[in-house]
Amino acid sequence: MAYRAQQINPLINPWVGLGAAAMVAALILGTLGVVAIYAPEAGRLGASDWAAVRFTVSQALLSAALSVLFAIPVAKALSRRRFFGRSLLITLLGAPFLLPVIVAVMGLLAVFGRSGWVSQLLDLFGFPAIPIYGFHGVVIAHVFFNLPLATRIILQGWSSIPAERFRLSAQLVFSARDVAKHLEFPMLKRAVPGAFAIIFAICLSSFAVALTLGGGPRATTVELAIYQAFRFDFDLGKAAMLASVQLVMAGAAALFALWASKGQAGFGKGLDRAAQRWDGQSRAARIGDFAAILCASLFLLVPLSAVATRGIAALPDLPSSVWISGWLSLKVAMMSAVLAFVLSVSIALTAVRFAWVESVGLLAIAASPLVIGTGLFIVIFPFASPQDWAMVVTACVNAVMALPFALRILIPAVQDVFESYGKLAQSLGFSRLVMLGLVVLPRVRAPLGFAVGLAAALSMGDLGVVALFAGTQEATLPLQIYRLMGAYRMDDAAGAALLLALLSFGVFWICDMWGRRNA
Amino acid sequence: MLELKDLELRVGTFALRASCDVDPASRIAVIGPSGAGKSTLLMALAGFLKPFVGNMIWQGVDITKTDPSARPFSVLFQDNNLFPHMSVAQNVGLGLRPSLRLSSEEAAKVDDALTAVGLTGVGGRKPAELSGGQQSRAALARVLVQSKPMILLDEPFAALGPALKIEMLDLVSDLCAETGAGLLMVSHDPEDAKRICDSTILVADGIAHAPTATDDLLSDPPEALRAYLGK
Repeated sequence: MAYRAQQINPLINPWVGLGAAAMVAALILGTLGVVAIYAPEAGRLGASDWAAVRFTVSQALLSAALSVLFAIPVAKALSRRRFFGRSLLITLLGAPFLLPVIVAVMGLLAVFGRSGWVSQLLDLFGFPAIPIYGFHGVVIAHVFFNLPLATRIILQGWSSIPAERFRLSAQLVFSARDVAKHLEFPMLKRAVPGAFAIIFAICLSSFAVALTLGGGPRATTVELAIYQAFRFDFDLGKAAMLASVQLVMAGAAALFALWASKGQAGFGKGLDRAAQRWDGQSRAARIGDFAAILCASLFLLVPLSAVATRGIAALPDLPSSVWISGWLSLKVAMMSAVLAFVLSVSIALTAVRFAWVESVGLLAIAASPLVIGTGLFIVIFPFASPQDWAMVVTACVNAVMALPFALRILIPAVQDVFESYGKLAQSLGFSRLVMLGLVVLPRVRAPLGFAVGLAAALSMGDLGVVALFAGTQEATLPLQIYRLMGAYRMDDAAGAALLLALLSFGVFWICDMWGRRNA
Repeated sequence: MLELKDLELRVGTFALRASCDVDPASRIAVIGPSGAGKSTLLMALAGFLKPFVGNMIWQGVDITKTDPSARPFSVLFQDNNLFPHMSVAQNVGLGLRPSLRLSSEEAAKVDDALTAVGLTGVGGRKPAELSGGQQSRAALARVLVQSKPMILLDEPFAALGPALKIEMLDLVSDLCAETGAGLLMVSHDPEDAKRICDSTILVADGIAHAPTATDDLLSDPPEALRAYLGK
């Protein structure tokens, strides 16, 4: 009904949400403004800066292309095979999103590093090791993180093809090629650009991977260059200039991703029976599918088990500094979770009245943590020691980074509550507080728990702003691991990485369970 | 008396006019073809739709701009009349205090209402654990504790089977008789009107006509109604 939205207005105070959205926008745009004021006149980018821009774009292009390319056979295999552990595997595909970058890097080093398993195997046959540092390493790490994401997006595309279409094509005796031409290719044409664009945008803002595996004049991303301009040269002008470049690139990539992922659900809906498939019964197809799933699983799981096996041995002897860092990271994660809770709920409520406030989430996608960090550093520096604010800044920035995802799942849920129960609540004379406490929060608990857990886990594993701000005394767990690695204390680093992974998944699991309890 | 004074309701390009007096103690059906504006009329009375022009007067007081909760009506909607995450007793208790901080007297009232609708002992359950008929009864128990002068029903029993629907209509009729509350009930079935309503408002062709005795209306239907009834 046309009058519904207008009529539930009295149950929502839009000012709280508008205030929250304004604060987020101020954090992103304000820091950019500060950076812009400090940026010297244009045209001061040196050769090394342009090299960073070139490296950033080319590694992101290659990472996105490889992720999507490998994801297609894996998604195809997963979509048409039923086997023991399939749903567990699909759940695990969601895990890298929560996995701290530094943990994955530890795992990749254990497998592809100079003394890693793959290198030893290659050495056995007299081949040289794959160079893990530099361009290769950055791309391998990005594929590691984004192959699961691409697989999930494309798998969604495959399951969006109604089972009836496959039944019909079996009835019409389509060959594998016909199925590909009439059903699968049109789907891929819709799903692949979206997946590619999203991964490209993610890789464009990569910092922690470049920090640990890249570096040097030939493997520096713009984000990393901002950090180096800051940390090593304390060249605020250059950092500001690079920050502007990064924002333009990330903004363009985010817009491109948004445009490319539009109209994903192009297929007409069919009644979705348990998708039984008639294609791909040949021996070759079975072997191919099996190989695709096996390779992807090995690629994703072996590095993680490497961290786990090496970490378990080191866990009992971890230095106390690691435990202190763990506790600090937990506090930051909780702060970030609380902030994400307040921001996302108040903005989602306001979005029921003013749909446009969701676009603040878009802004957060385009924003780079290092740009925000640079701006905050410039603001805080004259008044206080930025080191004292490192943890607060880390919590805030991560809450904002989690906001787009939180809003994406929370807004439809909140809207649904108001559409279903807004009139009833009004006729019973609910106040805004009663509506929020007795109706909205209990009804959206499941997506809320998921969103808050996401914010907590992301902030737990963050190695971004904190590297920019933190002093030598205090360190969050990811930063501590980075320092241990730098000191070649690899056993301690592995133990700490295992601890960090457990903590990240732990905080997410607790929040998610809270949301799903009695739901 | 409930007076509708030169009321005109608009939703998009749709318009409905109503200008009549309604006896608040009587039981009135609102019938007419689907899309004629029966629910629109009810939603305007309940306060969810601001009239384009005209006024609604209740016992001499203009309630056109009154909040939905301050109007003399309790409302049952087509669906979503119960909150699924609250117990039945809590759902009923909302009719007394939205904060759910009930005194022992109020809690006793909730129990009485549940007994009156035949739901003794199920107060602790969630709506999903009840049958469709029991859910309707729970919603009626809340209407009972609200004890407003008039009950507005927007076809809340439409999803029930014929026997169950009749059971609910009779229960509503009994509750009205006991409490002295009036009833305004949207229905697309003339049999519902015949069963429990003395008078009927016909909504057709953009006009909500004045209430007429149900029997007279149905035995000698005007042109607009005849087309709908298929006579």
